Amino acid sequence: MSHKILSKKQLCSNVFMADIEAPLVAAAAKPGQFVILCLSTAYSERIPLTIAVSDPEKGTIRLIWQAVGKTTAELAELKVGDKVENILGPLGRPSHIEKFGTIVCVGGGIGNAPLLPIATAMKKAGNKIISILGARTKELLILENDFAAVSDEKIVVTDDGSYGKKALVTEPLDEVCQRTPKPDLAVAIGPAIMMKFCCEVTRRYNVPTVVSLNTIMIDGTGMCGGCRVEVAGQTKFVCVDGPEFNGHQVNFDLMMKRIQAYKKQEQQAFEEYKRHKCKIGLDS
Amino acid sequence: MNEQQSKKLLDELLKKYRDGTLKPSDRLNIPPQPMPVQDPTKRRKNVNEVALGYTEIQACLEALRCLQCKNAPCVQGCPVIIKIKDFIAEIVEGNYKKALDIIRENSLLPAVCGRVCPQEVQCQLPCTVGKKFKNVCLSVSIGRLERFVADWGEKLHDASVPEVAAETGKKVAVIGSGPGGIVAATNIRKTGHDVTIFEAFHKPGGVMVYGIPEFRLPKAIVQEEIDQLKKMGANIVCNFIVGRTRTIKQLMEEDGFKAVYIGVGAGLPIFLGIEGEHLVGVYSANEYLTRANLMRAYDFGKGADTPIARPKTVAVIGGGNVAMDAARTAVRLGAEKVYLVYRRSEKEMPARVEEVQNAKDEGIEFHLLQNPKRIIGTSDGLVKAIECLKYELGEPDSSGRRRPIPIEGSEFTIDVDAVVVAIGNGANPLIGQTTPGLALNKWGYIVVDENCKTSLDGVYAGGDIVLGAATVILAMGQGRTAAAAINEYLKNKK
Repeated sequence: MSHKILSKKQLCSNVFMADIEAPLVAAAAKPGQFVILCLSTAYSERIPLTIAVSDPEKGTIRLIWQAVGKTTAELAELKVGDKVENILGPLGRPSHIEKFGTIVCVGGGIGNAPLLPIATAMKKAGNKIISILGARTKELLILENDFAAVSDEKIVVTDDGSYGKKALVTEPLDEVCQRTPKPDLAVAIGPAIMMKFCCEVTRRYNVPTVVSLNTIMIDGTGMCGGCRVEVAGQTKFVCVDGPEFNGHQVNFDLMMKRIQAYKKQEQQAFEEYKRHKCKIGLDS
Repeated sequence: MNEQQSKKLLDELLKKYRDGTLKPSDRLNIPPQPMPVQDPTKRRKNVNEVALGYTEIQACLEALRCLQCKNAPCVQGCPVIIKIKDFIAEIVEGNYKKALDIIRENSLLPAVCGRVCPQEVQCQLPCTVGKKFKNVCLSVSIGRLERFVADWGEKLHDASVPEVAAETGKKVAVIGSGPGGIVAATNIRKTGHDVTIFEAFHKPGGVMVYGIPEFRLPKAIVQEEIDQLKKMGANIVCNFIVGRTRTIKQLMEEDGFKAVYIGVGAGLPIFLGIEGEHLVGVYSANEYLTRANLMRAYDFGKGADTPIARPKTVAVIGGGNVAMDAARTAVRLGAEKVYLVYRRSEKEMPARVEEVQNAKDEGIEFHLLQNPKRIIGTSDGLVKAIECLKYELGEPDSSGRRRPIPIEGSEFTIDVDAVVVAIGNGANPLIGQTTPGLALNKWGYIVVDENCKTSLDGVYAGGDIVLGAATVILAMGQGRTAAAAINEYLKNKK
């Protein structure tokens, strides 16, 4: 069964959003879960993408992605009505949703996309939500209004100060942790380095912290072990044991090295793709 | 022996055979026919099949080596009880079609089994000819004959679609499209039931597609079997993971499936649990082979999008077929040095003898009675070397093989850029976690009775998820048993 793209939107320079037909996935998906997408069966790679929203009634899932490599760029080239050959899911353990009290949700860059369904579900479960949204620059900040709708308080920071406060997300996070009462839980999703430093802040204040890891995967079902990370000294598979973990127990340094494993080849494939696309005149 | 000499010998033998003067001693004097193979230096650079298959002359000579024992001990050694001496007799007669039909009575995938079965521990182990020479390697090459017949059939596209009985309208779900699933689905479909195979990957075939490399089992052969199933009217749904997309409970209670066969394999890679296993360049064999086979990473930059490391020196840990596959894949991906590190001796290796030989011929260096103690990395987190310990063999353990014992203080290092861990798989917990009431043993494998029935009504299981890591033929055997039980169960089910 292939999956038709029903709507598509460019959120900022290289971040895209699409609603895609996937009735079985939509019916089963819960916040925190992801899909593995493979554009065409013969030669495409398999990539994990978090389900931003699932609509069981319409039978659609919303994916948000950043065009940073060949497959994500190819996906961005698809138009409404085009089809994705393979979508497998929902995968991973769903987020643990319950009433904790006050939850600080920290999103960095594209991390806002997987964070939104968790923040939404947590709000629904009766939690007070403080959102901290960070981006390199104003143009790259995504889903601000969606977060506004589910947050009791929203703090925006940018690296260059073009919007909100000029700061990294760790600065307001530190400030929120100092409040009385301190937050009952932190959820941090974004680049590995951001999650690492968020965890260093929350550890100081003893605020339990959930992170969602986006590692290299092939099957997404526990078969390859390529996604393995070290959590509390133990080997865990992000695809079946995660993607969410206790951030205070994750060995981020190791993980950051592992996600770089194919940097060179990925770059090569992306460059090749862009060159090819120019040649056949698709780059309009 | 060149072809002309072989032909001459065969003519002489056939004459005697027809005269009724062919004596067992004549049969025993026929030289065992070697498998023609692709030249080792050439094949190091391609992914084409290594073993090329017998010629007709070779097949007939090899078939004449069979003594046609009355008690046919070979048949007892076959997990699916193929009438071996009968099909071999038909080869001598030149009745290849009849030979194929005899095999097909018991085995659905002869082209696969002829290639990947460990014959030396199955049918060829009790072979009288091998016993006579006190060497199992000199037994009649039953597997190669099976392959000869199957390939002959495929060349003619004589894939006659098995007959399907009148539709019963009863829905059966088969989870996993590996060898067990294919056999179960075929046998259930034959009875007229409405069969749907659910596969998590985007291509069907299971381990035969993601695991076993092209150079040992061409994908076209697997595809032929899948096409055959489709022609019979079975449905194959890819990108569907039972336990997440739908649970077994939902399939049975909401989606109308009356019975389920679980053949999901044991795809949860076991790691060594040693320091350095998270370094970049350390792979599970599953990951390494999946990248190379299923995702065709050997064509990266030439169409395929999935990358794979192409290191100069690789250590593969393990001594089974998967380890051989990984080591030989590394060679084809351009590694200059490939070491196979195994903690027991060659005698204890679970790999097929033929693959061990092929690996050696391709220049893979065997490091026996050694095992890594830790993996050493660079400051960037890349693999640099493995530190190994030397081992000696002690008393036999519960597996019947002599237990490897590390020799204290025997540490030494081997410089490598990549490590592939091929020491086996555990049970994937997903089905167990999402199927209340399904009994599992302490290792997480599904508990079944002699009919492959689980603790749940209408739910059957077989293959690696029941047996632990086993073989294609054992999975097929269980698929067959379960299918018979499911057909029986559905007889009385409205």
